[in-house]
Amino acid sequence: MVNHPIPSEVASRLRKNKAKASAIGGSLISPFTMVLGLLIVIAMYFLAQRFIYGLGAVTNINNGYPWGIWVVWDVVIATGFACGGYAMALVTYILNRGEYHHLVRPALTASLFGYSLGGLSVLIDLGRYWNFWHILSPSYAQTGSVMFEVAACISCYILVLWIEFSPAFLEHLGMKSAKKALNKFMFVFIGLGVLLPTMHQSSLGSLLVVFGYQIHPLWQTPLLPLLFLLTAVCMGFAIVILEATLAAVGFKRDIAEDLPMLSKIGKIIMGILAAYVVIRLGDLMVRGGIGKAFTSGIKSVMFLIEMAAFIYPIVVLSKPSNRRLLSKLLAASMSMLTGAVLYRIDAFLVAYDTGPGWHYFPSAPEMLVTIGVIAIEVLAYIIFVRKFPILPGHSTTAAAE
Amino acid sequence: MSITRRNFLRNAAGGTAAAAACATLASMPAEARESNKVPDKAIGLLYDSTLCIGCKACMSGCKEANELPLEDTIGEKLWDTPLELSGKTYTVIKVYQHGTMENKDKAENGFAHIKRQCLHCVDPSCVSACPVSAMLKRPEDGVVTYNKDACIGCRYCVAACPFGVPQFQYDTPTPQIAKCQLCKHRLAEGKIPACAQQCPTGATLFGTYPALSAEIERRKALKPGEAALYPRRTVDSGDNHEKPAPEYVEHVYGQKDAGGTQVRYLAGVPFDKLALPVGLPDRSYAADSETLQHTLYGGLILPGVALAGLVAAAWKGSKDHHDDDDFDMFDHPEGGKTHG
Repeated sequence: MVNHPIPSEVASRLRKNKAKASAIGGSLISPFTMVLGLLIVIAMYFLAQRFIYGLGAVTNINNGYPWGIWVVWDVVIATGFACGGYAMALVTYILNRGEYHHLVRPALTASLFGYSLGGLSVLIDLGRYWNFWHILSPSYAQTGSVMFEVAACISCYILVLWIEFSPAFLEHLGMKSAKKALNKFMFVFIGLGVLLPTMHQSSLGSLLVVFGYQIHPLWQTPLLPLLFLLTAVCMGFAIVILEATLAAVGFKRDIAEDLPMLSKIGKIIMGILAAYVVIRLGDLMVRGGIGKAFTSGIKSVMFLIEMAAFIYPIVVLSKPSNRRLLSKLLAASMSMLTGAVLYRIDAFLVAYDTGPGWHYFPSAPEMLVTIGVIAIEVLAYIIFVRKFPILPGHSTTAAAE
Repeated sequence: MSITRRNFLRNAAGGTAAAAACATLASMPAEARESNKVPDKAIGLLYDSTLCIGCKACMSGCKEANELPLEDTIGEKLWDTPLELSGKTYTVIKVYQHGTMENKDKAENGFAHIKRQCLHCVDPSCVSACPVSAMLKRPEDGVVTYNKDACIGCRYCVAACPFGVPQFQYDTPTPQIAKCQLCKHRLAEGKIPACAQQCPTGATLFGTYPALSAEIERRKALKPGEAALYPRRTVDSGDNHEKPAPEYVEHVYGQKDAGGTQVRYLAGVPFDKLALPVGLPDRSYAADSETLQHTLYGGLILPGVALAGLVAAAWKGSKDHHDDDDFDMFDHPEGGKTHG
């Protein structure tokens, strides 16, 4: 092929069936990345205080609310957001739907950072972080503990994510034979990459079972693991839609080719969410707690907002014509994500009551650390898609073969 | 598709795995975990709210025995003033107060003392929650101990305890969980817990679980107002004082609550007024949680079966996408049957 610029329409026709992933290049310095850098510096300042003076110097957590946003947002919610790779691997490789293939790598990238930073956030939050390795040591591990399952499983999954992702690095480094050797065994890691999130995303819900009466009956149920799992899978799919949109806007890419896939994903979200709502309400009716949806003050209000945020996407996505519109897909996804975030905040903080006299609302420094962690994640994503072959190559400046 | 060596091996392996999975599933026992039982040589405390005079000798005894610092919560720097359990306080005496506060151990216009401390659950949530065996229940006497050298500081125990007992230290870069361990260091020397040792009225009484059970029954059988003897320190210390029997509420706190506790309470006012959660089930929350975990993860059977299925599906998927050995999860986006 002659090395001269190709008109974009021609290029896209050339690549019609060959949306090979490629690095999109471009400068890393922009006002946006500078702001991200500043947020990271601010977070580092407060983190230094946390490690010098203790958790109380920066956070508002207390012995009535020992878990704050560093647990609930940075781990419980952030790993839910990072389920895109899990959800896409599930449909692409396990349900064997190859057409989703080119959405896998961007989704996996977001998962990689979401989980890696979730893991790092745990270290920030652990009071005795220098003992963290005890979780993975047979002489300390307590296998009856839900926390053990969550921690061991997330640790393993972070490792699996990096292995799943390593072909992109090996490709970048030109290590063809290593890449080929690794790919022979990749199906094992794909299997693990679906099993491990299934286990720990459900266990994030199981964490609350031992809290017993301290969790309000609108949230406390033996079905917590199932409800957390269903919302996690949905979060994964919703994030893929959001991500595709943001990548299209942020990197000025054409989304038309992705749209048929995204609308199918919308249909999957609708199905899983419908199952979730039926199971959740059905469980409440069976256990006789449905009346509390209207009689428990602020907790009832939060429950109803949650349900609205879950039911809205079901209604919108049930119309096939809506599923073909990016705006409707996006609105439904945002609503779904809002519901799932609220579900996690409510279950861990709003529904949690250890007795009178205890209050928790995150302090400004505590929130700034969380914002800084998010900034690291976004910045890392930008660097990666610019430097490594992550996003599908259509309508970018990458040269055709 | 012709039968190649690889296909044959794949089918054979798949069949074996499926058969093995079925065999294991069929033999899997129903693993509902019941609440744990009181250990044979269990020891504990009986706190009788009606005997307590609120002198707080137990609190200062506890601080001395456990080398805990004083607290100043009211800014007067006059006394040790913990308002609740904290990172510096393993036990605290609190007072229920109502109306004119004239009548001791009465709910109406009365007051009553309550001693907050670890209840040493028969089936503790903190032990079940702890991922690294830092919280343990000693199998012989049932004391719930804490090992800071194992602890990772995740605070799951703090959140899980139905009684709000374990306390995390938020004001230090090297925090620990603070919690009564029934003076395990004094027990090792043949002594009794400091709070029971210091109590001048026998309101906090140390003993074996059965001895304390018998003492509870004796007190409950007393006729209110009749003179009765109350031992100090231990049930059989022989150091008794005489006092009219009070009117107890029916509920013996800790007998069954959340699976039962080895520190039990008698009181003259209902326990919900004494800041203890009432209406807890007889089954422990630890049993609920571990039944769920064992059902899902017992012997790693379900995850193993699931993994076998997922890996098989991923393998099949990779073979359908292209028939060479170079399966790549990224590089063949248009692969798959639908795109022929």
